[in-house]
Amino acid sequence: MQLGRVIGNVVCTQKVDSFNSIKLLLIQPLNEKLEEIGDPVVACDTVQAGINDIVFYEGGREAALGLKNWFNPSDLTIMGIVDQVSIGD
Amino acid sequence: MILGKVIGNVVSTIKLSVYEGYKILVIQPINAKQEPQGKTFLALDTVQAGVGDIVLVMDEGNSCRLIMNNTTAPVRTMIVGIVDLIR
Repeated sequence: MQLGRVIGNVVCTQKVDSFNSIKLLLIQPLNEKLEEIGDPVVACDTVQAGINDIVFYEGGREAALGLKNWFNPSDLTIMGIVDQVSIGD
Repeated sequence: MILGKVIGNVVSTIKLSVYEGYKILVIQPINAKQEPQGKTFLALDTVQAGVGDIVLVMDEGNSCRLIMNNTTAPVRTMIVGIVDLIR
């Protein structure tokens, strides 16, 4: 799992059937200090995250299992909204 | 499985229901000399690890689903042991 910040919405009318009613969000990956790392990515939303929320997301086969209908081609899925990240004791 | 050091924790209220009841910790992967190596990531905790512990991290989905006894859990990374000693 990785941390990321929601930086935008992606609206898509024509998409694979199994993505119907799934919200797509633009995510900026973050490191543990919440600093931006790498390029933004698009992820499926399962937890009604909004702009500027810090979220954690999973990739690979687990991304598909995160959605209600498992038989979907999701590559990244948001699994939860982060309230707080504390580093050290 | 890989070795890592727990460097922090993540608090999340709104998450998928299969994640409920599990702690989420921030892991820094380490090499055999216990030096940090590579990017940090998050893992679910099953062994009550804490900040500063060297841990054994399972980074494979089916193994995690087996541990959780749930064939459809969307979980790939899990802490499965606390390391006492690396010789």
